[in-house]
Amino acid sequence: MKKGDISQHISSQFNAELQNLYGHVTTMGALVQGQIANAVEALANGNVALGESVITSDHHINSMEVRVDDDIAQIIARRQPAATDLRFIIAMAKTTTDLERMGDEAERIGHMAVRMGPSGGEQSRRFVEISRLGRNVQKQVSDALQALDSLDTQLAARVVREDESVDRDFESLLRELITHMMEDPRTIPRVLNIMWAARSLERIGDRARNICEYVIYIVKGKDVRHTSLEDLEREANGTS
Amino acid sequence: MRESQSTVTSMAASLFAENTRSVRAISDEDIAITVEDLNLFYGDTQALKSINMTIPAGRVTAFIGPSGCGKSTLLRCFNRMNDLVDACRITGRINLHGEDIYARGTDVAELRRRIGMVFQKPNPFPKTVYENVAYGLRLQGVSDRRVLDEVVERSLKSVALWNEVKDRLNSNAFGLSGGQQQRLVIARAIAIEPEVILLDEPTSALDPISTAKIEELVSELKEKYTIMIVTHNMQQAARVSDYTAYMYLGKLIEFDDTINVFTNPSEKATEDYITGRHG
Repeated sequence: MKKGDISQHISSQFNAELQNLYGHVTTMGALVQGQIANAVEALANGNVALGESVITSDHHINSMEVRVDDDIAQIIARRQPAATDLRFIIAMAKTTTDLERMGDEAERIGHMAVRMGPSGGEQSRRFVEISRLGRNVQKQVSDALQALDSLDTQLAARVVREDESVDRDFESLLRELITHMMEDPRTIPRVLNIMWAARSLERIGDRARNICEYVIYIVKGKDVRHTSLEDLEREANGTS
Repeated sequence: MRESQSTVTSMAASLFAENTRSVRAISDEDIAITVEDLNLFYGDTQALKSINMTIPAGRVTAFIGPSGCGKSTLLRCFNRMNDLVDACRITGRINLHGEDIYARGTDVAELRRRIGMVFQKPNPFPKTVYENVAYGLRLQGVSDRRVLDEVVERSLKSVALWNEVKDRLNSNAFGLSGGQQQRLVIARAIAIEPEVILLDEPTSALDPISTAKIEELVSELKEKYTIMIVTHNMQQAARVSDYTAYMYLGKLIEFDDTINVFTNPSEKATEDYITGRHG
């Protein structure tokens, strides 16, 4: 399936409904991406106001989720979708759930930024690794949304592979934070905040990876969740 | 604790076993009918082009495709209904349990007893409900009232019509509703214990409730019979069949497990048809 295939139905109304659904999911993706960017920025620079705005904006994403689910229920009721249409709709439903959870993680990072206060920036800058993790996860999310937008399975497979290096970044950050806490137990409450934020970033990366697996499912018709990276790449890059 | 853990493990194992069974391969099935290089011509027009397929026994096989694709023509080949069409010529073979049904000397009446057929429009005979079901047996020379009573009751029960008609077995069958007439016709077909039942758009003249009853019946009948159904309603094919064949312009384009056909067909033509796209 290619992107243009969505609007190849004899029923132009069905085309419009699918385009509409796709539009809502990509808009939701853009919102989530913005929230993550703001959350990371708030954490890195100790920007409390920005952290608060991330917290108060989360409801936009929640209402998008409700809206997309409603689109999906209507399409299933009216159209009884089959084959790629069916896979596309299942994938959109699951993508929405992941996007909403990514929004929740961004909100959580926002809370950490607020809790750490204006001096938080200095503290998080002390841990070079978290800004690196933040950058990599943002890249991962933006690539995942790009793969979804263009139904690009090869890009999707690359994002999945990158998730392994994000996981490694997270592990080494954890080691760094633990060392810090052992050296100076007075820092524990503050370092824990960083740790929670890092955990949220890592979870966001996992969900970006999920979205990429749905892209492969839409296009190739193969469920590549819980398979090895090699099998996933074979499916994604195969010609069938 | 350990016990509950092992319960979970065994539940997961049985779920997994079910999952792996949900998509079947035709090659693992008992085969009722094989079609070998079947071609059919109406005069100069070729309506079926080199059809090769195997029909699994005790399963429901659905034929879908646009009007004129040859699906009804193919269905009619299985009990040689096309013999009645002038200028119809057939090459190739159809084997029912290994016997070529087009072989010289085939008893066509006996073939049609073994392979029954039900049409789009219910076609009860202008007789009583009872005589409609008993018809095939009477034709075979059965006249023992006890045997007839038993077969009529059993046949009407197996199409879930008995309770609705048991008090008017001697009324004219035309007094039944369309859905009841269609189930009566199916009862008439199974009264003579066929091996295969062909259904040619059996619900296209029926309302949704009657349609649901026929579909339910199809699922029950496949326990005992091999069923082939031609339908324009793709959701019906998805609901009732185990295997689906997609035909286009006289060719068999794709034939696979119904789940595969409706979630991930391998041919683009099938995909375009079942999703309602411009092919």
